[in-house]
Amino acid sequence: MKRVYVNEQWCLGCHLCEYNCAFANSGIDDMVKALKGKDIFPRVHIEDGEDGIHFAVSCRHCKDPMCVKSCIAGAISIEDGVVKIDRDKCVGCLTCVLVCPYGAVAPGPNGAAQKCELCLQNSCGAPACVTGCPNNAIVYEER
Amino acid sequence: MSEYVIIGNGTAAVGCIEGIRSADSESSITVISAEEHHVYSRPLISYYLEGKTDLEKMKYRPEDFYTKNNVKLIYGKAVKCDSKKQFITLADKQKLHYDKLCLCTGSSPFVPPFEGLDKVKNKFSFMTLDDALALEKALDKKAKVLIVGAGLIGLKCAEGIAERVGSITVCDLADRVLSSILDSKCAAVMQKRLEEHGISFLLGDTAVRFEKDKAVMKSGKEVRFDILVLAVGVRAETELARQTDCEVNRGIVIDTSMKTSTDSIYAAGDCAEGYDSSIGANRVLAILPNAYMQGRCAGINMAGGSSVFDDAVPMNSIGFFGLHCATAGSYPEDGEVCEEQVCGGIRRLYIKDGRLYGYMLIGDVNRAGIYTSLVREQTVFNEEDIDKLKKFPTLAIFSYESRRKKLGGVV
Repeated sequence: MKRVYVNEQWCLGCHLCEYNCAFANSGIDDMVKALKGKDIFPRVHIEDGEDGIHFAVSCRHCKDPMCVKSCIAGAISIEDGVVKIDRDKCVGCLTCVLVCPYGAVAPGPNGAAQKCELCLQNSCGAPACVTGCPNNAIVYEER
Repeated sequence: MSEYVIIGNGTAAVGCIEGIRSADSESSITVISAEEHHVYSRPLISYYLEGKTDLEKMKYRPEDFYTKNNVKLIYGKAVKCDSKKQFITLADKQKLHYDKLCLCTGSSPFVPPFEGLDKVKNKFSFMTLDDALALEKALDKKAKVLIVGAGLIGLKCAEGIAERVGSITVCDLADRVLSSILDSKCAAVMQKRLEEHGISFLLGDTAVRFEKDKAVMKSGKEVRFDILVLAVGVRAETELARQTDCEVNRGIVIDTSMKTSTDSIYAAGDCAEGYDSSIGANRVLAILPNAYMQGRCAGINMAGGSSVFDDAVPMNSIGFFGLHCATAGSYPEDGEVCEEQVCGGIRRLYIKDGRLYGYMLIGDVNRAGIYTSLVREQTVFNEEDIDKLKKFPTLAIFSYESRRKKLGGVV
């Protein structure tokens, strides 16, 4: 299946992916209205390390995911290889945050956990972080 | 074709079913459930009372789970296990043969023999859905509630009913809340949050005697109540295993393939005493993720596969009134404790010999899983990387090459 992969050497640390992600998942069609003056909850985040390194981290859609095995509500499942959270079922206990070795799950605006679902559930249809990355530092492909 | 029997219908049982079916789609699986409910998540009962979930959403697996996995579900109680002839007898005398058996019997509330407890009419445990439904019926906006036990169960109960009762007092023999997962400093932060929401505490004190609507404490204090919740602790349910020659300590002893000491019998979940890699010894780790992983490992092995689960560590994610807390690992006394106060919360890391042994985070728990994985994998780092870790959980501590594999490959 296609996943989001990171080419660390190309990442400029511009954080555009975070904004594109938050916009794509906002359900609002105007970027300014969606993001301006608001706390944003992107599902991809850039780690800015010391020594000038930057890299994006989002859900790896692991083959044997810790979050799925650990979810106390049975709210995380795998559908055609995509790890998905049923946010209506989620009670926000954050056990998924406790176990994800990549730090790729985080609470969203209403406390329920959220993470990258490859923009398959929103109107983009393909990861907005990838589409908007100016330097091909994040790609969406089969590996 | 084999006959698989699973005693219990909780998280470990689901793990076991999914484990078996990953390797054997044909053979029969029978689940014996003492509770007459579709598999639900027990830790959600407090969220149910709080109104954050409902009976439908509490189902741990979808409605068609048993049918899809070709599982025969029997509501009943297994009372006898004959490990020589490989038979299980139910309370209604029904006999079931098994080729492979998995004990997922969980735990049950431990109630100390308090004097006068029988005089209390409105008393509840807080473990099962039926407990929660019974408690719910007794809830009243004016009710005074006494909860005995300031552990995970007692406090989640307190949070769940806080808006639906008049007052809540929680007592515990320990001198702090959540004593099984937090040290005094972290516990104090959590206690403060609970108190801000109207919950009062009597710590280092316990009930010695009950009257109809009153507890007399060790300190001599008297606490009046309309509702009593007993959340002192739980005990592994090991009765069936004891009838066989399975080794049983605090729980049913299992190896890293989830096998008990008796042929063809496996155990998983809160009833089992498995390997805890953080202490290098067996112990009961009664946490939900562990139950699933043990169950799954057992299931794969029952079906002839080979699975090992040898990296379990204690870990908990729990929150009260919006204040989250994440903990994992062990807390060596001879190591370094790195502490930082961060926006209303606290971060404590327990470091020794270049390794993160354990941590407690209160407030900001974001990306705690990076810490958990380092505890679980027992990764050793140099001082410079440890310094990075102390600031926040980060993947920047790994080498470029290792990150390339993690973020640029299929994992």
